[in-house]
Amino acid sequence: MMEEVKEVTPTLSVHADNIKVTEVLKEGDTLTFIIVSQKLSGTGEYHVDRTYDDFEWLQQHLFSQEDVPGIQGVIFPPLPAKAQVNASAKVMKQLGFLGLEEWQPYCKALENFLQQIAAHSILCKNKALEIFLTSSDPPGRQRVRKNIFNRLSQAVVEMRKESHKDVDEFFQTERDHNLVLTGCTKTATERFLDVVLTEQKIAVACGHFSAALQLCVEQGEDPDKQAFSKACVKLSEVFNSMMKNMTSVAENNVNTLGVGLDLESRYQEAEKEMLFRRTCKLVELETARRNAEKAKPVKKAAMEEVKKAAETEFDHICGVAKQEIAQFHGLRVKMLQQALVQWCEKQLLTAKEKADQFDQHLQAFRGMA
Amino acid sequence: VFDVDVAVTNPEKVVQFKDTSLPMFRSKAFTVRRRYSDFLGLYEKLSVKQSLLGCIIPPPPEKSVVGMTKVKVGMDDPSSVEFVERRRAALERYLQRVVSHPSLLQDPDVREFLEREELPRAVSTQALSGAGFLKMINKASDAVNKMTIKMNESDTWFEDKFQEVENEEQQLRKLHALVDSLVNHRKELCGNTAVFAKSMAMLGNSEDNTALSRALSQLAEVEDKMEQLHQEQAASDFFIFEELLADYIRLLGAMRGCFDQRMRAWQRWQEAQSTLQKKREAEAKLLWANKPDKLQQAKDEITEWEARVTQYERDFDRVGMTVRKEVLRFEKEKAKDFKSQIIKYLEAMLQSQQRLIKFWEAFLPEAKAIA
Repeated sequence: MMEEVKEVTPTLSVHADNIKVTEVLKEGDTLTFIIVSQKLSGTGEYHVDRTYDDFEWLQQHLFSQEDVPGIQGVIFPPLPAKAQVNASAKVMKQLGFLGLEEWQPYCKALENFLQQIAAHSILCKNKALEIFLTSSDPPGRQRVRKNIFNRLSQAVVEMRKESHKDVDEFFQTERDHNLVLTGCTKTATERFLDVVLTEQKIAVACGHFSAALQLCVEQGEDPDKQAFSKACVKLSEVFNSMMKNMTSVAENNVNTLGVGLDLESRYQEAEKEMLFRRTCKLVELETARRNAEKAKPVKKAAMEEVKKAAETEFDHICGVAKQEIAQFHGLRVKMLQQALVQWCEKQLLTAKEKADQFDQHLQAFRGMA
Repeated sequence: VFDVDVAVTNPEKVVQFKDTSLPMFRSKAFTVRRRYSDFLGLYEKLSVKQSLLGCIIPPPPEKSVVGMTKVKVGMDDPSSVEFVERRRAALERYLQRVVSHPSLLQDPDVREFLEREELPRAVSTQALSGAGFLKMINKASDAVNKMTIKMNESDTWFEDKFQEVENEEQQLRKLHALVDSLVNHRKELCGNTAVFAKSMAMLGNSEDNTALSRALSQLAEVEDKMEQLHQEQAASDFFIFEELLADYIRLLGAMRGCFDQRMRAWQRWQEAQSTLQKKREAEAKLLWANKPDKLQQAKDEITEWEARVTQYERDFDRVGMTVRKEVLRFEKEKAKDFKSQIIKYLEAMLQSQQRLIKFWEAFLPEAKAIA
């Protein structure tokens, strides 16, 4: 939802909850996504085409808003990994559910990414989002300057900070809880993906069996031969139905619970990164305090300045983080609920359809001479 | 039309035989204990009988189940529940086929098998169970193919049928391999589902939000129930289709064996004719050579061989008629068998689906209740 903007800050000119990634096109090796958004004023839409590099450009701009106080306390909506045409097995494994079903779940994930940014009180104000959604030219594929959030640059040494003891019980609890949830969710997502891949294998096997049964039709006017042939043909239809049903079951799994778990997993990671940034700041702050204390009179004033700046920044981050965490808790429960309800409804519908079909097949067989 | 029911129950392969109308048996229903080797022994006895030449004798269940199936955990482990059930079901089907064959039901060995308290231990069944039934048939077929005198069929019925049988065997083998693959995937799905259920249970336990935690735990339970359904589905695929196809592959092998028997009968007849011819030539030579004492012996041999030729021709015709009858009976039984198994399968599937629907219907309010 868009907040009323009181100051002269850039506002988003489209509806946040209506941003859609409607299509994905394969152009050689690249995937191009068509994004449609509804104008706030009057009727009309923006149609733009963007590649993954454009999404990264947007993300980098959001990361590098150093002038926004407490920006490091934001839980940034997670961008999925890069999708490629003819992706390697490693890339497909990393993408998990998002790599299935002809990139439809992937489009949904990108859509969610944009919607969450547009709905975010701080992030929606960034000009980059407006340009991304409305400019007919691609926002520029040049690399943005390296930002403070580039995890890859963090040395292994920094990883020790992850377990640094917190000064605030609220945050310590949140960090502990997040650690457990991130692990559990990642595992559950991977296990569910295994289920879906096996379901797909079963669908294929049913299809093969159905096709092979067609070849068992025997020639001849002999009534028993004809009866057997008819049975084979009918059984082939049964297994064809089974193939279609299993395909639906797998699809339902991917499009509802699969992407739901995937999103939850990536969001947990995003929260983890935010908490880590804050922890790093805490370490920085504690170091600054120690330095200020131990500083020789000559350096004292300077050290005090540094300490004060660190304190202010840390306070801002904590303030933003607390809000973000509260919102996140609400958001993730809502997202998971939606995923679970949709999953159950779709599977229930598919199960009922299958029962009907099988009933028909059974009646047909019983009626056969 | 008689109504004969045989059941094999576990453990110890207890055979229960129930008959509502046949007058030839001592009583209406009896129960006997049999060893696995007894079943093999019955097959051996039946397959060597001249009187049953041309009959499709149902092949016994193989001792080792490796051969047509990829080795599956459980199915080949003699200590596993699945293996025990698999063998029991196979023995039952075997007996049912024997007693539903009108000629075999009349056979004294079959009756002894069903009625007698204790059977003497069958001895030479190693070959059957070790090498396997089909290997035996194929060896015999090779012998027939190597025969020097080739038959000239005036009626192409036998040739055509034999070709059909060979084609059908190939088709069924293909189908069998596909079902085997399907069963393996279903078992894989069982494993995946169980592991997924556990991971959801863990997630539910770690979850703060009460309603969400509850829903996730329920989800884990639903997945556990689904694992059970997948197990049953795999068993259905296996016991209803895979074993059916395996049985028919072996039955078609037995049918090939019958065709071979006819060939051998023909062979015997031809060889006897050829021997008779030689005897006649020998007699002619003796007439010219004027050896009266040897002449009588020659005449006796001619008489003997004339009788044999007549006998063997009759045998050949009889086997041919039996084979024709058996083929028609087989096709009738096959159509019936497949149809009834398919109906059984669909009924099981339908039941499964109804249960699945109930699981989802029970879960929906839990999912909706998450606030």
